[in-house]
Amino acid sequence: MSANPNHTVSLTIDDQPVTVPAGTTLLEAAHTLGVDIPLICYHDATTANGLCRVCVVDVNKGRLLQPACIAHCQHNTVVETSNERVERSRRTILEMLSSAVDLRQAPEIQALLDTCNADRERFPAAARREHALIDDNPFYVRDYSQCVLCWRCVQVCAEDAQYTFALTLGQRGFHTHVTTLFEIPMTESPCVFCGQCIGVCPTGALKPKIEFGLENGLSPEEIRRSTRRPRKRQPQDEEA
Amino acid sequence: MTSLEDLLVPYRGRARDALLPLLWDIQTAFGHIDHDAVQSISHTLRVPAAEIYGVIHFYALFHHQPTGHTTVYVCDSPSCGIAGADRVIAALSARLGVPPGTLTPDGQFLVLHSPCLGLCEHAPAALIARRGAGEFAYAPVDDIDCLLVECAQTRQTITSGEGVMLTRQPQQPAQTLPEYGDYAALRRALAEMSPHRVIAEVDAAGLIGRGGAAFPTGTKWKLTHAAPAQPHYLVCNADESEPGTFKDRLLMESQPHLLLEGMALAAYAIGASKGFLFIRGEYPEAARHLQAAIDAAAAAGFLGARIFDTDFSFDIELRRGAGAYICGEETALFEAIEGKRGFPRVKPPYPTTHGLFGKPTSVNNVETLCAIPLIVAHGSAWFRQWGTASSAGTKLVSVSGHVRRPGVYEIAPGLTLRQFLHDYCGGLVGPLRAVLMGGAAGTFLTPEEIDVPLTFEHLRAIGSTFGSGAIMVFNDTTDLRDVLRRLARFFQHESCGKCFPCQLGTQRQLEVLERLEQPLPGDPQRLRDIGLTMTEASLCGLGQTAASAVLSAMQRWPELFGETK
Ligand SMILES: Cc1cc2nc3c(=O)[nH]c(=O)nc-3n(C[C@H](O)[C@H](O)[C@H](O)COP(=O)(O)O)c2cc1C
Ligand code: SF4
Ligand code: SF4
Ligand code: FES
Ligand code: FES
Repeated sequence: MSANPNHTVSLTIDDQPVTVPAGTTLLEAAHTLGVDIPLICYHDATTANGLCRVCVVDVNKGRLLQPACIAHCQHNTVVETSNERVERSRRTILEMLSSAVDLRQAPEIQALLDTCNADRERFPAAARREHALIDDNPFYVRDYSQCVLCWRCVQVCAEDAQYTFALTLGQRGFHTHVTTLFEIPMTESPCVFCGQCIGVCPTGALKPKIEFGLENGLSPEEIRRSTRRPRKRQPQDEEA
Repeated sequence: MTSLEDLLVPYRGRARDALLPLLWDIQTAFGHIDHDAVQSISHTLRVPAAEIYGVIHFYALFHHQPTGHTTVYVCDSPSCGIAGADRVIAALSARLGVPPGTLTPDGQFLVLHSPCLGLCEHAPAALIARRGAGEFAYAPVDDIDCLLVECAQTRQTITSGEGVMLTRQPQQPAQTLPEYGDYAALRRALAEMSPHRVIAEVDAAGLIGRGGAAFPTGTKWKLTHAAPAQPHYLVCNADESEPGTFKDRLLMESQPHLLLEGMALAAYAIGASKGFLFIRGEYPEAARHLQAAIDAAAAAGFLGARIFDTDFSFDIELRRGAGAYICGEETALFEAIEGKRGFPRVKPPYPTTHGLFGKPTSVNNVETLCAIPLIVAHGSAWFRQWGTASSAGTKLVSVSGHVRRPGVYEIAPGLTLRQFLHDYCGGLVGPLRAVLMGGAAGTFLTPEEIDVPLTFEHLRAIGSTFGSGAIMVFNDTTDLRDVLRRLARFFQHESCGKCFPCQLGTQRQLEVLERLEQPLPGDPQRLRDIGLTMTEASLCGLGQTAASAVLSAMQRWPELFGETK
């Protein structure tokens, strides 16, 4: 939305008054005051879609909480970045996430679980999103059991950066997952191995082959052999 | 048999918004959309192949793997649940020797579970897809053989009430153009009324949108009319997928021209020359009636260029959804028309300024639009003789479950739920246990609460809602835990997965409800935290109401959840 640059709005965030240009997000306004708001899906380089909702804040005690990363500051509003409702939503979202996804290699989300007092065992007997590790190209491996569905990889592969359109989302709801056309290997997809998806992934779901190899105790020589050039999936890749 | 190439011909040169119609053509002809088909579509419409695959995955009536020559979708939502849906599934599995979701070895049959098919008054209901022929509704399922071979069935929905909007008798077929008339309200508006006058009349009538969000129609039209960007679009929301709701289906099957005239008037008011009528894929009969009516109205000059020799031109394109409740949410509906996965958009900006194809758009429900020709013809004061000041005009309600005469009733808001159940629906079948008011996204009421007057304002005051106008009635033989699980399964199945609270919460809510008979310590608090988080933090109305029925049941019947009163 285009905003008149001369136009400003005034509001209070956690009892601190602030005046910002119209069109400023609550997140940006909070940062000018040094107020920290948790984030998972938000990333400077990708279109914000308001997916994770851990950034929600309370605006005027409204019926709905507002996602700070995309909601604009409104004049004369009272914003609370932390209260009982806000904390319940953040905590519950994180608890549900950690019961569904392998977050062991997501240090930032681990830190959030602690600051939001989330109980990692809150949801016993819960279905997890388990996916087999996909090792189908010489550059990176994909472990969607670690995927939080922030959409960043899909977005940078599409209109946010690369216009390659190798990735898409399959199914919907809880079972949504990142995939390729008919699950074809990356080597058969339009992927150009630019690596941007790996750069934006907030978890261990997308990992360079070298890092993956070292983690799994391979020698540099063994890793080099398995990463020499793009090719169709071959039996020896499986053993590597 | 048609070839893929033949199917693609009419789509050459078209853009991405033709994706769902083309996927429908291929799905119907071949029973699924395979890798080669996706590549060909990708070349024809210039849409990335991976994205087409993502779209196929999103819509439950599209398949990327082979289905049967006959595929049967059996409804498992509450009203069909209490009418024996599980027995239908079991009988089909026994007959075919395969469980639901598994193709018979000869490739002939596939049985799948389905959410509410909008045939709840004839429960239990099924939808049949026959390769090459299309889809057919079948309800009540009195004979499972009829699901597997072709059988004729006629259905008559009980309708009665004020008879203002619903003027057809149940046994009458769809109204033809000569029977309906010559679009006199449209003729009069184009001759005598400015768009502003039409909007002012609708505003004065106090018409509140009938789709569930209860937004004043006049206000929406004013905002759309005033939006500077061009062109403007009118969208009729005929997605009607809220469990327990079937009033729009009845209007479309019996009085298609009333809707088309309402759309033309709405388009005139907001300054649109193109309209889309988006109807859920599970309504094949209504879609056929509507397409025939559109063609007849166009041939008569009531739609098309320079209607009645005025400067007003208006075309209507019928679009079929493909199995996704979320596409009733207005912005997800835009995405579906644009050929994408039906993800709701972040609001603001609102559709009145940034709607279909990013242009100013008014989205209106079928019943809302059907009231327009009447308001224009008779005036706002006439419309206000029914209902209350804040709930003006007659209102359609869909009733299913344990009443003697389930059907669609046209009521004057203000009578109580008790009067309605006794006077209109022929009374209850068995002692009343609970009423689910407003659909799956609504709230439960106890037998002590049914003296509430049926108006937007009275229902809101007790924390309930008219919602989509659905009323589901349950007697004391009903296992309410089973009803709750069916509701939870519905939301788990229909969550689009975009935002975390609903994507995760609908799954976790279902898991806790599945073990209601043997709850784990802390389950009631888990349910409350999941429910309040979905309600307050979700991105769209689906997640924001996905716990509504459950939370209302926890307040009324704590014992069902292992709590004490
Ligand atoms: C999940 C969801 C499903 C909806 N389904 C429908 C529907 O099937 N039909 C409908 O008219 N409105 C539906 N709505 C409401 C629409 O978003 C919108 O408010 C409505 O179509 C506006 O028309 P009205 O003002 O005439 O009611 C739905 C909303 C949500 C959040
Ligand atoms: S793979 Fe990584 S970047 Fe892609 S959606 Fe999952 S978590 Fe986000
Ligand atoms: S609330 Fe549910 S349906 Fe709506 S955007 Fe979020 S996940 Fe999708
Ligand atoms: S950071 Fe705001 S919704 Fe994810
Ligand atoms: S058709 Fe089965 S519940 Fe509506």
